Amino acid sequence: MGEHVVVIYPHPDDEAFGAAGTITTFREKGIPVTYLCGTLGEMGRNMGNPTFATRETLPEIRKAELIKACEVLDIHLEMLGYRDKTIEFESTEDVAAHLFQFLNEIKPSLVITHYPGHAVHPDHNAFGAAAIRAVEMFPAAERPTVWAQAISNTHVEELGGPDIENDVSDRISKKLETIMAHKSQADGMLKSVKEEADDIELATKQWLGVESFYTWEFN
Amino acid sequence: MQPIEIDQLQQYIDAFANKEVYIHLETTNGAYASHFNKDAYNAGAFIRNAQVTYQRGKIVGAGSTYRVGLKLEIGWIYAEGVSQYELDKNNRLLMAGHDREGRLMVALQISETPFKY
Ligand SMILES: [Zn+2]
Repeated sequence: MGEHVVVIYPHPDDEAFGAAGTITTFREKGIPVTYLCGTLGEMGRNMGNPTFATRETLPEIRKAELIKACEVLDIHLEMLGYRDKTIEFESTEDVAAHLFQFLNEIKPSLVITHYPGHAVHPDHNAFGAAAIRAVEMFPAAERPTVWAQAISNTHVEELGGPDIENDVSDRISKKLETIMAHKSQADGMLKSVKEEADDIELATKQWLGVESFYTWEFN
Repeated sequence: MQPIEIDQLQQYIDAFANKEVYIHLETTNGAYASHFNKDAYNAGAFIRNAQVTYQRGKIVGAGSTYRVGLKLEIGWIYAEGVSQYELDKNNRLLMAGHDREGRLMVALQISETPFKY
């Protein structure tokens, strides 16, 4: 079985901020990458800056942004149809079974997701937990490696340092292009960086230049 | 969306009175509030497609922020911090308030057909 990376995050733009550099590195090696994106970020607070979206137009806008971002990264996209901010109220087993259908079809060598309990947003924690549960549905010998991304303020203190630290500073222009594809979300965030820094590439390199993960240990 | 013109918005609110309507109401300070600021709390509430009939709706306020209250037969709905509105192409009345960075803080929306869920 060849290599295939599956990225499992709940929101359009999680892949951009969290793993765009790592994904680019895989694509450069010709390794296929599939993004299982849980929601359309329907409940996002960012409406563009100045605002151009409303609560009702945001889903279609973010869907178009997500499709564009996946074109920039040259990855395959599946939109799973959950609603933003509600994943933790779904049945973990049902979500895991849904994810497993995709994983069982793809048979990935690596799964990238959020570290449950250390991913800040309730959707991140819940979708990460469901992703890990889905991987557990494979017999132990057939399980792909899982890289779990922690973003809590306390993760280093509580878990120790991450074992995977990808320096993606030389992929930063691709990462920025992916982030920019999510215009409704990026406007506000990048504006504050721009205001404080003369050189946006240099500033983002410091902010976004490393993507780190914990290799999940199944027991 | 556009800044509130109180007379026009009042007319829109009146047009939905005494009809079965669907309400979307939310307020939030985001899922990252306490992540970025240890002293902050995450708080929010959200209801989508609550079916109600209001007898009277009223917008009150001045300058840049307004309050909108809907009087029901056996209760109330209100939103505070509303500053923009739009009657969209599906004839839904969208009202919202945003912070300086364009982030939504509060939304109250009224429609005669259910919001997409
Ligand atoms: Zn997210």
